[in-house]
Amino acid sequence: MKPASFTYHAPTSVDEAVALLAKWGPQDGRILAGGQSLVPIMAFRMAQPAHLIDINGIAELSRIAVEDGVLSIGACVRHAAFDTDAVPGTTGALLRKVVRNIAHYPIRTRGTFCGSVAHADPASEWCCVMAALDGIVVLRSHRGVRRLRADEFCQGAMMTALAEDELLVAAELPLLREGTRTGFAEFSRRKGDFAIAMVLVAYQLRHGMMVEPRLAIGGAESRARRVPQAEDALRGRTPGAAAFADAGEAAAAVIEPMEDINNTAAYRRSLVRTLLQRALEGTQ
Amino acid sequence: MTLEPAVWIGASVERLEDLPLLTGHGRFAGDLSFPHQLHMRVVRSAYAHGRLRDINVAAARALPGVIAVWTAIEVADLPPIDFREGPNAKLEPFRQPVLAKDHVRYVGEPVAAVFADDAYIAEDAAELVTVDVDELEPIIDASRPPGEFAPGLCTEPTVCRQGYGDIASAFKDAATIVELDLAVGRHSGVPLETRGAIGRYDAARDVLELHGAAKVPHRNRELLANMLGRSTAGIHLYEGHVGGGFGIRGEIYPEDILVLVATMRFGRPVKWLEDRREHMIAANHSRQQRHLVRAAVDAQGRLLGIDDEFFHDQGAYIRTHGTRVADMSCGILPGPYRLPHFRVHGHFRLTNKTPAATYRSPGRYETNFVRERLMDAIARKLGLSRIEVRRRNLISPDEMPYQRPLVALGDDVVFDSGDYEGLLAKALARCRWDQLEHDVQQRRSAGEYIGLGLAMYVEKSGLGPVDGTRVHVHTSGEVEVITGGASVGQGFETVIAQVCAETLGIHYRRVRVVHGRTDRIEYGIGAHAARATVMTANATAIAAHKVRAKALDMAAQLLQVDAARLIIVKGSVVRTDGARASISLGDLAHHLRPGSSTRGNRDPGLAADGWFTTAHMTYPYGVQIAVVTIDPGTGAVHIEKMLIAFDIGRAINPMLVRGQLVGGYAQGLGGALFEEFQYDDRGQPLSVTLADYLIPSAHDVPEIDVLLTEDAPSTCNPLGIKGGGEGGVAGVGAVIASAIDDALGGTGEITRIPIKPQILKAIIDGRRN
Amino acid sequence: MSERRAITLSINGKDHTVTVEPRRTLVDVIRDDCGQTGTHIGCEHGVCGACTILIDGEPVRSCLMFAVQAEGHSIRTVEGLQQGERLHPMQEAFMRHHALQCGFCTPGFLMLAVGVLEKRPDLDGQELVDIISSNLCRCTGYENIIKAVRAAAADMKARA
Repeated sequence: MKPASFTYHAPTSVDEAVALLAKWGPQDGRILAGGQSLVPIMAFRMAQPAHLIDINGIAELSRIAVEDGVLSIGACVRHAAFDTDAVPGTTGALLRKVVRNIAHYPIRTRGTFCGSVAHADPASEWCCVMAALDGIVVLRSHRGVRRLRADEFCQGAMMTALAEDELLVAAELPLLREGTRTGFAEFSRRKGDFAIAMVLVAYQLRHGMMVEPRLAIGGAESRARRVPQAEDALRGRTPGAAAFADAGEAAAAVIEPMEDINNTAAYRRSLVRTLLQRALEGTQ
Repeated sequence: MTLEPAVWIGASVERLEDLPLLTGHGRFAGDLSFPHQLHMRVVRSAYAHGRLRDINVAAARALPGVIAVWTAIEVADLPPIDFREGPNAKLEPFRQPVLAKDHVRYVGEPVAAVFADDAYIAEDAAELVTVDVDELEPIIDASRPPGEFAPGLCTEPTVCRQGYGDIASAFKDAATIVELDLAVGRHSGVPLETRGAIGRYDAARDVLELHGAAKVPHRNRELLANMLGRSTAGIHLYEGHVGGGFGIRGEIYPEDILVLVATMRFGRPVKWLEDRREHMIAANHSRQQRHLVRAAVDAQGRLLGIDDEFFHDQGAYIRTHGTRVADMSCGILPGPYRLPHFRVHGHFRLTNKTPAATYRSPGRYETNFVRERLMDAIARKLGLSRIEVRRRNLISPDEMPYQRPLVALGDDVVFDSGDYEGLLAKALARCRWDQLEHDVQQRRSAGEYIGLGLAMYVEKSGLGPVDGTRVHVHTSGEVEVITGGASVGQGFETVIAQVCAETLGIHYRRVRVVHGRTDRIEYGIGAHAARATVMTANATAIAAHKVRAKALDMAAQLLQVDAARLIIVKGSVVRTDGARASISLGDLAHHLRPGSSTRGNRDPGLAADGWFTTAHMTYPYGVQIAVVTIDPGTGAVHIEKMLIAFDIGRAINPMLVRGQLVGGYAQGLGGALFEEFQYDDRGQPLSVTLADYLIPSAHDVPEIDVLLTEDAPSTCNPLGIKGGGEGGVAGVGAVIASAIDDALGGTGEITRIPIKPQILKAIIDGRRN
Repeated sequence: MSERRAITLSINGKDHTVTVEPRRTLVDVIRDDCGQTGTHIGCEHGVCGACTILIDGEPVRSCLMFAVQAEGHSIRTVEGLQQGERLHPMQEAFMRHHALQCGFCTPGFLMLAVGVLEKRPDLDGQELVDIISSNLCRCTGYENIIKAVRAAAADMKARA
């Protein structure tokens, strides 16, 4: 399973990368970041890019920083970065909870947050996080900069709004208010496998009631998204079995799960119900 | 100086094999390269069934670096691949051609071969080969009526039939009849190392070499020599390190033939390495059977008769194993139970899938599942405990040797020794069954989905009829044991060294074991069917005893003392009376060299051949007990407790036996919960990567309590040993099904493995609504 | 075929200068061009972990990198674990605890475990099993691999 031939480029600045993309993007050129998704696809020859633009040598893309209440994640920030104290507070705790579900340790040392978002696998945990927190993707091309909301960017399974000459340079996550309670639950056949379904919840407690609820589902539909009907079921209520069950029913009623040879839509639907309960019960 | 000789048999010593494997100095097929070698890449059918119209190789041939592209035309003079056991006129028409001729019959079937200077280029060229196929309707279900294989030939080449007694009367007299429809999913060994073969023609010596051989080098050499029209003297097989066999490696596949023919035609070595995607669709599949089985029992739950009709999904062709796995299934189904009447019809059916053959505990993993589901069903129907039903049917030790009018692997089924009831009692005591049952009941009443499962089984090992080894003491004192065995990772060398060392009175690390080399010994049985330990070890003991006797005889002369007053300790012959005079084995070898003046009339060399012949296979046996819980929210299964009780007769190295049992268990667990080769209705394989075909990881394998006993030594060989290689995997499908079924209330819902969470969730949810 | 490049790979402290196409994977170049065949190929799609090596101290699946990407980084493979005749505590532990049978997955497990323990010497319990779950083994059922890594962790700490 050897990849087909390609011309290799290793830019050392974002400008250089963008210029290369402008030229080669429309001629079957692709970005190589972590490679943990792209290289297997190339090994199967399901993708045979004529040009690979390796952005691992661009120092500024490894930047991860908080500015004005927003966490900015550069294109080369690895999954492993989130399994540290790099991101403080409530948001950091949530990301740490999530990252341990992503594949395995050696994959996490190379794979990138932004690469996962750009790849848009329905089972991407970071796409679920981006949806839940209303993240923004920053896209650069020779034509300028675009900023898109996660729900505008992720359009379906492996489908995004990324133009062929665009580089996803960073993802931005608005920080959750300190004290926000968060929960995450996913299910896969073996630990580290692609999730069959996942649920991310967040809410604040005010006077004992849940406010500003965020509830996103991933892995079950063709793209991760917030489920407003389920959020409505939580808003203004005390956390507990009744509210959680209502949220589960509300979500199950509106989602349109994918079907494949191993997982029926009905099964995914019931998984979402279960995981929603567990994410809510397990919030910290 | 201590006069106690070292005892190696029964000791859990560290392995001789480990050092090179730990330091990166292994020599697996991929690690071997020869100057000027070509790389072969196989083009495979993308259709499950069709008429082969045309293969266009022009673009591939024109690629720089490509030497040649072959189709069936270039190998027209080659016969199809023969059966290992010998010709069989009835099954011959269903053999696989080296390259597809007029038809393609499974996705993955070799249709062309590219030879290039570089593996990457070979793959580029393979992509440029276009194959024109008129699609035909594929057969996917072996239990539906057979179709056409070719004009005049249907896809049921044969029905394997065995039986005895009067099955009709058994069912007429029955107090109760239980009927089940059971299925085992298609899965297989899937070792970490994919297949590889390097063909090299040594023109200087006129010897054709195949490197990367495994499992049965000698038998394969004969078959290959036959196929290629060469003398066995002019072809040799070399086995290096092998990354797991599990029964699927070492069969003669089209690729092995191609590299040999190619090396002779091109005058350059030809290297072929299988990639993972290829492996999933081209290496032998296994296990897929559907059984329609009925049991007749009396009012006390004693078996009167079993009548089984099964459908064996062989895949597209009959490969080197012929109908062995189906035959084995017939002969071994009754297990450890008394069975007065029996009838089994195994429909051996071809489908448009990857061909199937043996996989660790072949025929037994499947039939253990079938038979133990039957026993559970009988217990349920009669309101008896699952233990009591089994107890009432177990063959007892005083009935040994127990002969059944059945045949397995061409051998009459004769259980040599076994205390099944005894092992059951030990297993129940070990896991404190009564307390477990009580705890499970309590937790069930509190709402948990928790179950207790049990399975009993008899394994086979030590397939003969004969094996021989040569033990040779070098003047350095190091001993070489030259065997016709094979190592697929099981610790073969260490076990043979232990046996030799104990007999010769030396340290086991002073023994070097040769295997997998047809040029070092003329005859060999390889390693499969858990026979290496039994056969080769016994042959080694016999040879070592002869060497010992010769050494003592020579030493008696040199030390001027009666041989009866001599023993061997730490490689030196010493006097039992403690007197200081001694002589090392190495020095004795020196005295026995051809030109030695002290040799006398003795044949030169401190060496001997030893042959061990056995009339029958020998039968170890086991009991497995599991506690499982089902997560009602997801359907996921968690194994809380796992016990494997296994009687091995006598263990040469208990640590290695335990390793085999636990490793086998993990594979068995895969078949019970995770692994399956799935196909769509066009015959397209869907499990072609390790992301879809789920091999258990460390998380998935529970802690296992292993109770290894030696209560029933083999009566078939002097060492009393039975083989443990297949003892762990054999009962797992059965025990996990039993436990999950129990967790669901013991109502017989589990009739199929692998058992997936989605199924369990649907059952559980269905009950709530 | 695209342009070959001359690259220098630093493997176990030794430089290897080779000329390769960019599409050649790191594992293929380590094995075939640099002659270090201890690192094995099990799947070529990043699932089994047999190809695990250390790059700048971190476990990485070398089938998922191109050799041209590894220039300028420090590569450690199984051949570099022993110091002269002296085996690494991890290698000793694997031998003592019968943590290998066919040995094909072993180099990947050794490098994975060594890499993680060098960074997290206190690794234990569920986290240790998590790490071991990264790689596949078909022979041992993992029981002895877990025992060996635990024992080696204690050894490595004692020697530190």
